[in-house]
Amino acid sequence: MKTILFLLEKEFKQIFRNKALLPMLFGMPLIQLIVLPLAADYEIKNINIAVVDHDRSAFSSRLTHKIDATGYFRLTGFMDSYREGDRMIALDEADLVLEIPAKFENTLQREGVERLFLAVNAINGTKANVGASYLSRIIGDFSEELNQEKRNKGASAPSSQIIVTSSNWFNPHMNYKFFMVPGILAFLVTMIGGYMSALNIVKEKEIGTIEQINVSPIRKHHFIIGKLVPFWVIGMVVFSIGQLVVSRYIYHIIPVGSLLLLYAYLALYLVAILGFGLLVSTYTDTQQQAMSVAFFFVMIFLLMSGLFTSIDSMPEWAKVIAYLNPVTYFIEVMRGVVLKGSNWVDLQNHFLIMALFAVFFNSWALFNYRKSS
Amino acid sequence: MNATIKILLVQMKAFITKEFYHVFRDRKSLLLLFGLPIAQILLFGFALTNEIKNTKIAVYDQAGDRASKRLIQRVEASKYFEVAAMLHNPAEIEGHFKSGQARLVLVIPAQFEADLARQQEPTLQIITDGSDPNTANTITNYLNNIIQDFQTDQKGNLQVRPEVRIVPVMRMLYNPQLKGAPNFVPGVMSLVLLLICVMMTSISIVREKELGTMEVLLVSPFEPILVILSKAIPYLVLSLVNLTLILVLSVVLLEMPINGSLLLLFGISTIYIITSLSLGLLISSVTDSQQAAMLLSLMGMMLPTMLFTGFMFPIENMPIPLQVISHVVPARYYYVIVKAIMIKGLGLSAIWKETAILVGMTIFLLVVSWRKFKIRLE
Amino acid sequence: MTNTISIRANGLTKKFGTFVATDHITFEVYAGEIFGFLGANGAGKTTAMRMLCGLLEPTSGEASVAGYDVYREAESIKKNIGYMSQKFSLYEDLTIQENIRFFGGIYGLSYEGIRQKGNQLLADLGLQSKAKALVGDLPLGWKQKLAFSVAVLHDPKIVFLDEPTGGVDPVTRRQFWDLIYQAAARGVTIFVTTHYMDEAEYCDRVSVMVDGRMDALDSPQNLKEQFGVNSIEEVFYRLARGAQRAD
Repeated sequence: MKTILFLLEKEFKQIFRNKALLPMLFGMPLIQLIVLPLAADYEIKNINIAVVDHDRSAFSSRLTHKIDATGYFRLTGFMDSYREGDRMIALDEADLVLEIPAKFENTLQREGVERLFLAVNAINGTKANVGASYLSRIIGDFSEELNQEKRNKGASAPSSQIIVTSSNWFNPHMNYKFFMVPGILAFLVTMIGGYMSALNIVKEKEIGTIEQINVSPIRKHHFIIGKLVPFWVIGMVVFSIGQLVVSRYIYHIIPVGSLLLLYAYLALYLVAILGFGLLVSTYTDTQQQAMSVAFFFVMIFLLMSGLFTSIDSMPEWAKVIAYLNPVTYFIEVMRGVVLKGSNWVDLQNHFLIMALFAVFFNSWALFNYRKSS
Repeated sequence: MNATIKILLVQMKAFITKEFYHVFRDRKSLLLLFGLPIAQILLFGFALTNEIKNTKIAVYDQAGDRASKRLIQRVEASKYFEVAAMLHNPAEIEGHFKSGQARLVLVIPAQFEADLARQQEPTLQIITDGSDPNTANTITNYLNNIIQDFQTDQKGNLQVRPEVRIVPVMRMLYNPQLKGAPNFVPGVMSLVLLLICVMMTSISIVREKELGTMEVLLVSPFEPILVILSKAIPYLVLSLVNLTLILVLSVVLLEMPINGSLLLLFGISTIYIITSLSLGLLISSVTDSQQAAMLLSLMGMMLPTMLFTGFMFPIENMPIPLQVISHVVPARYYYVIVKAIMIKGLGLSAIWKETAILVGMTIFLLVVSWRKFKIRLE
Repeated sequence: MTNTISIRANGLTKKFGTFVATDHITFEVYAGEIFGFLGANGAGKTTAMRMLCGLLEPTSGEASVAGYDVYREAESIKKNIGYMSQKFSLYEDLTIQENIRFFGGIYGLSYEGIRQKGNQLLADLGLQSKAKALVGDLPLGWKQKLAFSVAVLHDPKIVFLDEPTGGVDPVTRRQFWDLIYQAAARGVTIFVTTHYMDEAEYCDRVSVMVDGRMDALDSPQNLKEQFGVNSIEEVFYRLARGAQRAD
């Protein structure tokens, strides 16, 4: 037991003496936590629209104003020829071009039916889809408006309406940052834990100090505990600053659920992710290799964790990968506890699965880390 | 003069060959160099989508009549929803949200069919798990549309014809099937090329510093600038190979078009790669340990590049200071250029501004890192 | 020097696939002896040493170190040996004092023991004023002397030295050997590999490995007489010339 204390003392001294490492260990993740959620806003608004109005009538200008007034669209051009509109799309100055044909008002008045032409820059398919459907809805509203006016002049037709009310729980202001901050924090903790543990052990291999350790009576698991505990502590500290300071005072996120439960999960999660780092270090000989391997997996962990895209929407085989990814569970727990107040009963499966990950990674790593080969 | 150049070339060749040995002997680093782009193309191409579909929802059907069953069937038939549970009690709602079994609950009132028939305006209630506001909004919209359709069908019997009808005619430019690939392939290209160049060069230079071999190189009868150049050339070559790999995969697997000039694409990619290499050089000149270089290029480059390129999140949604910051991310410009050449098929005249910015950044980075490097040597 | 056996190897062999790195070597080292372990690069010295330190399991043969079996009692061996190599000695980002504290600690010395022995060590090397200096800032010679002193801090019965004086100037090498003699005088067995043939002359007995075999083992004087040459260097050349394994 006493040898572990000596190991820990040494590790902490080395970490805190490394002036290049420290600011990056603590500063970088926190800066990222402050900046990234501001940037990671999926909500599609500010769609640039150009209107090509061949009609220049009361109707066409009413429609244009209506579009402008929704707040989703930004009118970036108003012109007479379609060619100009096309050019604006090519240069990314417009995402959408609405072309109002000549005699639009006239035709509508006379025949009751007229077409509008929409050209959408569909490179970003989602944005195109959403923009087009917003615009369709506005156009639908506009024709409903015209109908109403006509009806008010004549007789009104009765219609049965289904009334739909909607409410959003857990995040009534629909603040996207509430959703992103816990997820990003989870991921930053993963990066720190995964990389640092992988690199640290490999560093001893690379400069050869591991030999000196190996000929000493230090036991395998003592050495590993001595290596992992500091990063476990650092992970806890980084998380605490992120959760209790940045989330709380910058984003005003106060966990609905139990903070204790959150920390319990973090404690377990860190053991698993440090085990992963350890595993990488047992398969590599240089820091460059360790970094490459760790980065490769962390990148896949990131993409397949449901942090940015929804797991439900993935095909079945990808869902399997997503649920073999420890980060997925941690992000779910973070979001569950912080936003929804999920409790132990809701999350016990998550605890069980993470415990399995922890045992799996660490025993594989321990098995692979041969003190004497 | 000619003879000196010849000797130089021979020396360069020796150095560059050594660098290639380093790279190719190291199988595990190759995983990052080539495995990552392949994995990313496959994941983005086949696994990841911003589209929201197959959302698990629960229904609390208080009516249990024919109309409510028809509505539920309609919901289930859509690709957007999967009815995962039928609730019998409003208290169950919260539990389903907390355990993640449902993202939305549709509450159908009792007497739904009867009210509809009597034109009593029944109220449907949509409750979402708002912790993810984006999904919540989108699926509420989808469900609203389905209910609207349902209602139109119901009204069909009543024969109410609107007097004015505007029919929007849509044309989806560049990507009529609304696939994800045209958006993310350029994104992956910007990200992967940047990461490889920045991370690999900075680490390989710092590694030589750490191991002390840098001094050996610097005392050799060889201009320091050539030492740096020989470090950069292998990664330039590797990056071009990578670029080719990504393009081939995109065309073959993802059926992406390359509408513009391939030559132009490679030309500007080379500029972008050089920009990234200079960034790596700068990092290597301000750091002393591999760990620091790694952290700086990873934490400082990876997430910001992913975000500020604009392929995951729209830049125009960001707060103004961040939009300003996004202007210093080289990947942002390259992303625009790739989209313009590959998908829109535009020529240099449309992208000369972005190209000029990349060239300017490269020169700036090279000058700064060269100065830093020189100071260190003295 | 007593006749207690400190290291005993009998037919010790290590194969990596078909490559026989160490081929049936048999020898004994006595307590308090300075045992020189010579051989060209690739002759199998390092492999043999790693087996004796409990880092590598032998393929066949027997060996015991400080009375413990290398197969079954590797952990006990580690408690009784010290080890230093040229490649690495101490943590460069820790101070002298912190290194002493760490290595004392992992070998199970008490805090009091670490303090006493540490102070003694600093006094012997005249490094008291530099106790708080980072090891990375010391000249190589000092590092090596310090590394040796740290390696014997826990009073091991045997010290393994793997090319301890590589890259060190002649004066510092002389001082380094003084430290070795002092340790040997205290009864510590010294097992040392080296490429410096003058150092081989300082040893009580010298062995020469060629192609994984131990081709010679005797005192420097006897070896010189046996080969009829004037120096150990000549002995080494005679033996190494026949080697099949290129460097």
